[in-house]
Formats: sequence, structure tokens, C-alpha cells
Amino acid sequence: MEIDSKTPTGPIETRWERHRFALKLVNPANKRKHTIIVVGSGLAGGSAAATLAELGYNVHCFCFQDSPRRAHSIAAQGGINAAKNYHNDGDSVYRLFYDTVKGGDFRSRESNVYRLAQISVNIIDQCVAQGVPFAREYSGYLDNRSFGGAQVSRTFYARGQTGQQLLLGAYQALERQVGAGRVRMFPRTEMLDLIVIDGRARGIITRNLVTGKIESHFADAVVLGTGGYGNVYYLSTNAKGSNATAIWRAYKRGAYFANPCFTQIHPTCIPVSGHYQSKLTLMSESLRNDGRVWVPVRKGDHRPPSAIPENERDYYLERRYPSFGNLVPRDVASRNAKAVCDEGHGVGETSLAVYLDFRDAIKRLGAHVIRERYGNLFDMYERITGENPYQTPMRIYPAIHYTMGGLWVDYNLMSSIEGLYVIGEANFSDHGANRLGASALMQGLADGYFVLPNTINDYLASHRFEPLDAGHPAARDAEAHVRDVTQRLLDAKGTRSVDSFHRELGKLMWDYCGMSRTESGLKYALSKIPELCDQFWREVSIPGNGEELNQSLEKAGRVADFFELAELMCTDALHRKESCGGHFREEYQTEDGEAARNDEEFSYVAAWQFCGAGLAPVLHKEPLIFEYVHPSQRSYK
Amino acid sequence: MRLVLHIWRQRNAAEKGRMARYEVADVNPDMSFLEVLDVLNERLIAQGELPVAFDHDCREGICGMCGFMINGVAHGPLPGTTVCQLHMRHFHDGQELYLEPWRARAFPVVRDLIVDRRAFDRLIASGGYVSVSTGSAPDGNAILVPKENADRAMDAAACIGCGACVAMCPNASASLFMGAKISHLGLLPQGQPERGDRVIAMAAQAKRELFGSCTSIGECEAVCPKEIKLEVIARMNRDFFGAAWRGRGAIGEGEPAAPDQQLAGQSAIGTRSAG
Repeated sequence: MEIDSKTPTGPIETRWERHRFALKLVNPANKRKHTIIVVGSGLAGGSAAATLAELGYNVHCFCFQDSPRRAHSIAAQGGINAAKNYHNDGDSVYRLFYDTVKGGDFRSRESNVYRLAQISVNIIDQCVAQGVPFAREYSGYLDNRSFGGAQVSRTFYARGQTGQQLLLGAYQALERQVGAGRVRMFPRTEMLDLIVIDGRARGIITRNLVTGKIESHFADAVVLGTGGYGNVYYLSTNAKGSNATAIWRAYKRGAYFANPCFTQIHPTCIPVSGHYQSKLTLMSESLRNDGRVWVPVRKGDHRPPSAIPENERDYYLERRYPSFGNLVPRDVASRNAKAVCDEGHGVGETSLAVYLDFRDAIKRLGAHVIRERYGNLFDMYERITGENPYQTPMRIYPAIHYTMGGLWVDYNLMSSIEGLYVIGEANFSDHGANRLGASALMQGLADGYFVLPNTINDYLASHRFEPLDAGHPAARDAEAHVRDVTQRLLDAKGTRSVDSFHRELGKLMWDYCGMSRTESGLKYALSKIPELCDQFWREVSIPGNGEELNQSLEKAGRVADFFELAELMCTDALHRKESCGGHFREEYQTEDGEAARNDEEFSYVAAWQFCGAGLAPVLHKEPLIFEYVHPSQRSYK
Repeated sequence: MRLVLHIWRQRNAAEKGRMARYEVADVNPDMSFLEVLDVLNERLIAQGELPVAFDHDCREGICGMCGFMINGVAHGPLPGTTVCQLHMRHFHDGQELYLEPWRARAFPVVRDLIVDRRAFDRLIASGGYVSVSTGSAPDGNAILVPKENADRAMDAAACIGCGACVAMCPNASASLFMGAKISHLGLLPQGQPERGDRVIAMAAQAKRELFGSCTSIGECEAVCPKEIKLEVIARMNRDFFGAAWRGRGAIGEGEPAAPDQQLAGQSAIGTRSAG
């Protein structure tokens, strides 16, 4: 079956404009009669909730944290891209579009990416107007820096806390609407199911995380901005609470899941130090602007870095990719780090790390410039490792960071369930098989501020919405299902903590569905995951009950979903017999070890449909057509 | 190394809390403080006991969700650091530590080390924003911002809203938190039109939330994990007196916070009793 992406045709420069004009509008006086549920309050969810309320809709916004300001967008460090060409260095909307399609290894939709590049410039304007304190030059103009995967300076930043500042901008816009009574905020409330009535998303089931109360909420449309699923690996740079439960339960209600195997490994994270490790901390990719990546030439060289002379250092990225050097895209940088460590050149206690060295930059620019650019990152590194990166090189290693896959959406950001919209990292759009740095913030805000508030009108204007109440059988069934799952978890009364299972699942996924994948490895993982999942449901121990704040219970529900999602990820990775972007199958590589795409057979979006527990999901293919950027092997040499 | 932890245990807002003693052996100096609690919780769960509830999310010191008192100091002994970034190499073998939740009338205890900080959200909702709707912004470079002002605004905007300032203040004042937002927006041209109304509205809301007044003690600055300076309170006070002088209204006036913020379903944590 073909799926309809509703992608416009014709000249790419005017596709969004023409499409927007063709969409129906909702009369301003009618907007307040519609209620929209927004789940998630990060850059995508928060900006969407605020903007929809500004338009006049009634918005109910949900987040599992104690405040919408905690969403994990807050941790993004490096910056946000925009094709402003403020530096006259040859940037343009077309170049940002081109870089993003190429960076995504030709697995994204051209129309979506072009729209993203067009909107990028409006985002910066909007954020400046909100009072986001972007870095400035002495002249008072906005400052930019360059970032991995690009040869122009188009990244706007606020020290190393760009995500925080953009999120606070969206959060303040959201709180303004809360104060005005147009958004009702539900913190510490987790979505546990989607209510689908006559094929249309009409509400959600939630659990109040403080009282344990399970409730139905109704609306005319539901928007999920719940982020990515990187925590399936247990150790990732995601926040501890980040989870896939909202999108996974929507999947089980009929929303297609697209490209689940497209996960991004970030090349510059602080390496694992012990088994107790609860998460990994990212060091912004912007560090690669001034830091040089190297390992000792000699295998197993455990001398301190300062004792290794220049001619015994291998600056392997500069050597292998002379034109991009240390600024190659994330997937390339990560795979090369793994390769040199696998060959025995790794450094540090575990030998699973490479150096990121600022010695030359400090010599060239002075420590004060480096402190100005990266001060908070250097402090963070020192706080965690106890080492001073001004004096000794950082040790870094790749870690799971972002998931390009997510719920399938059409050009309007609507999933395969009518009335269910998915925005930000939670959807699959725009980044293809690999995301470029400083593009996640751009996509989240593009979706939330500019795309969804335009496209959702069309759906609301085209349908009639009967009033609903908690007595509706669909809501009652969904509520009963949620209660049943909760009770089964509590009744297991086993002996093992949720975390212990999560850790085991994470290791399995990292080993077999991580930075590089093989057919045999994926098959092995697919045989082990169900075993571990069965064991989980039998042996998990959740002290306390469901009618109180119970963090073990919250985690258990999320980990139960991670087991199922892990299986789908491996299934997808196994079926995609090619290497592209973050998906590297060892069987498919070029002679010099680069990813070998197979455009003949795999130039499509893999959208998986849930067919019931224990049944194989059905694969739908959305073909990808490239009219502007013609697929070529990515070369950063 | 081995640690003795005395931790505040309180099952819900209605129950009376108490300190409980736990020993944790095998603490690795490279662990973060929250990882020590993870290890303790693993053991408690294995014994079928209730694990210690504590708020946390990013564990990178930026989300502002974590925080509790360690031996009477918010976020513990290391300056400029949240508990998630506080590593055990700063403690010594055999040390006894007392962990308690934030104590403030405006932050009622939810469970164990978790408190309800929604009062902070209501403070922002009362005026901590620039009223610009999506789509109406001019080009980002249309209004220039002197670098020094942008840098100072950023210093103030670094606030993570953790609540340590309130917890440490003998008056349970939210002045550092409010001052940070008022300074951040007040230092930028975009924040000017609402500068007077903002400070009056936020000060009025702080009073309604039962935050105390600032008496310039400075404990807030000492424990702020983002090292926000007392200067922001001076800026807030200057804005406040300026606005009051110009007749923008007086503290205690203004509309009450939107009733929607008070969620009926969460009445257990909505009560304003001392935690």
C-alpha cells in the first residue's frame, strides 16, 4: 500500500507558500470553540501550545516533569541554524536545504527540508523578539559560528546554553498564555494512551504522577511533541525521564512508526566511567571548531597526552577528511572514533576514548577566547571528570544522542491517525538518516511556531466534532487498558529493579543495534529481546502502589514500551540492507569503510504499522524522490 | 568509600515526615550524588522497601529539576554545582550527610525529597515574558543589542529555576529568581515596553505565593548553581521603585494568577502548608 505524504509539487521555492494558501482557515470567532491537546512542553510542544493559544484555541498542555521548563530541549548546547547569510559567506536557504538533504544521506523529503530552511530565518527573528540573549558581536549584531557538516557560519548561539535560552523563550510564551487563561497546564501528568474514535484522535488517557489518578481528556486534535527515544539504550545523553511511551502507545493505536533504526550517535560525549553510570553527558559539537581530535599513533600507548610528541599523534579526521577535517558530520566522526578505538588506539582507563585537544587553539587565540566560547562546557567537563581541559585534552567517545526516526507524518505533520499531529524529535521528518548539528532546535521550533499552527487549521475546519465525555466506550476501554497494564506491573512482585532490566536492554541495543550493525547481530538481538521482556514482566519489583507518587512504576511503564520499540528498531535495521547516515550495516560499506547506500532498493521511508501483540508489523514504503539534490555518495574528504 | 545518609522520608503531603538512616558502602569517588541515591534505591527495591523519591531529569545541571539540602546547604558544599553534577570525590570516607527537601512555605513537600515548585511557574506567568506573538517579529538584526548588555542578560538568564535560592534564604524569598528574570528582560531592548508592569506584577504574585521579602542576606547567591549575582535583586528593586514612582501600581494589587494553574486533581500538593 502506498501512503500519501500530501507533499506539494512544482517549484520547490514556492511549495510551502502555495500549500499554505490552499489550506482551509478557521474563523477567529470559532477558534475558541476548539480544544487542542499538546503533549510535551519542549521546543516543539511548548512553542506549539503557546502559538495555538495566541491564535485563540483552547490548549491543554501536558508534561511529566514538575514544570514545562524542564523539557530536555533545555540541554541542547551548541546552537540553532538559520540561513540568514549575515556573514556574506555564501549561505542561502538553498544551501541550508542542500546541506540538510545531503547530511541526512538522502533519506528525507525534499519538500519538508526546503520548508525547514525557509522557516529557519523566521525562528531567529521570533526568538530575538522574545528576549533570547543570543551572542552578539561588539557592534551589537548577532554573532554566528560554524558547526559540523557545514562550511558556512550559520549557527546562532547563546554561550553553550542555546537550548536552554530557546526553551525559556518558548516557556515564557507558554506561561504568558497560561496567565491569560488560554492554556491549561498539566505538569506531573503522563500520557498513557491515545483515545481514537471513528479513526480520529480525540483525546488521551493520563496518569497524575502525584495522586496516581487515571483520567480521560478530550479534544478536537492531539499534538505529540514528546521527544525522541534514545533512552532505549539506557545510557544516552537524553534526560533520565525522556521516554517513548506517548508515541509508542499512539503507534499501538494505529500511527505508523517511520525509520525507527535511524538513531544518531553523538561523537563528543564524556566516556563511561563505571557500571553505576546513570547517563552520558554530551560535550557540544561546537567544540570541534577549535578542538583537534587525535589518538596516539602507537597502539596501547598509555603515556599521558602531554608526553606524546607531535609526530606520534594521529589527527585522524584531519588526515582522512582534509576538506572538512574535525568538522565532518556526526555519523562520520562517531564511526571513525569507534574504528580507531577498535584498532587499539583508544585512550583513558577503558581505552574507549579519543582526545579532543585545545592546545593549539589556546596558543592561537588565548585561553580567554576559549573561555568565552566554551567556558561552561569546560567547567562541566572538569566537574564530571576532575580534569582541567585547558591543560589536558578532553577524553571523548560517541554516545546515543538523537533519534531521527519517529512517528510517520505527512507534510502537514499529521500522523496516519487523523487528527493526531506529531512535531519535533517525536516525528521522523526532515533529518533523514542523520541530523546535522544545530538542526534539532531549528526543526522543533519550526514545527511548533510556524508549521503546525498553519496546518492544523485545515483539519479543524474540515471536520465536525461531536462533544464527548468520559462515559464514551472508547475512553472507558482505553482507561481500563491503562489500569490493567499498571496493575500487571504492580502485581509482578518480583525481585529485580526496573533499572536493572533497562540497563540490560540498553547494553543489548548498544552492542547489536548501535554504531554498527550486522545481520547476525540484529537477529541475535531479536531473539534476546522477547526473552528479556518476558522476564521483565515476571520478575520486576515495584514497591508501593499505584495511588501515590511512584517513580518505579513510572519507569516500569516506559521500560515496558522500550522493549517493544527495541524489537521494531532491530526489525527495521535488519530489513534496511544498506548503510546510510546513522544506520551502518557492516555488510554494506565502501572499500575505504564509508557507508554504502543502496538507492535502487532503499530510497524510501519505512513506515511500520502495528498489527497486534505478537504479530509482525506491516511495512509501508513512502518513496523518496529527489528533484533538486541528486543523491551522491556523501564525501567530506 | 562508605557514607552514612540521613534522609527525610515523607510518603505524601499529608503524612508527617521523619529522618531515616542508611549506610551506603562501595561509593565510587567518580559517582555523582544522584548515582549514590540510585545505588541506595536499587538496594531498597531489592529488599522490597520504598525507594527514596527525588526529582531529577537531565543530570547535566541545566534542567533545574534536582536539588535538596545536604547538611543544611542547598545542592551541597561545592559552589556553582547542582546535586546531579556533584561528584563524590568532594566527600570523604565515613562522612555522615543529612539530606532534606527544600523547606519553604511556597514549596510544599510532595514526597521525600520532592517539593512542589509550581509557584515559580506562576511567577513567570504573572509577567516574566515579552508579549510578542508568533509571526510579528522584525529581523533579528533590526534592533541592535550592545554586547555587554547581551552578556549581562545572558548571565541573568542562566537561572535554571531549581529553587535553591528560596530554600537557602531564611526568609524563603524568591528575589534572586525574580530578579534574574527581571534583569534578563530589562537589559534587552525587547524587554523595555513592559519593564515597569512586569516587576509590579511579579512582586504582587510573589506576595500571593507567600514568598518572603529580601533582606539582603546573600545566602541565595552563595548557593546558586548558576552563580547568579545579588546585583539582579538590586536591578529588580530599582525597577520596582521606578515603576511604583511612576504610578504603575503598588505591591499587592493586580489580578490574581489564573485559576487554571491550580489543578483540582493535584490538591494533595496544592495546599499551602509548610512542608
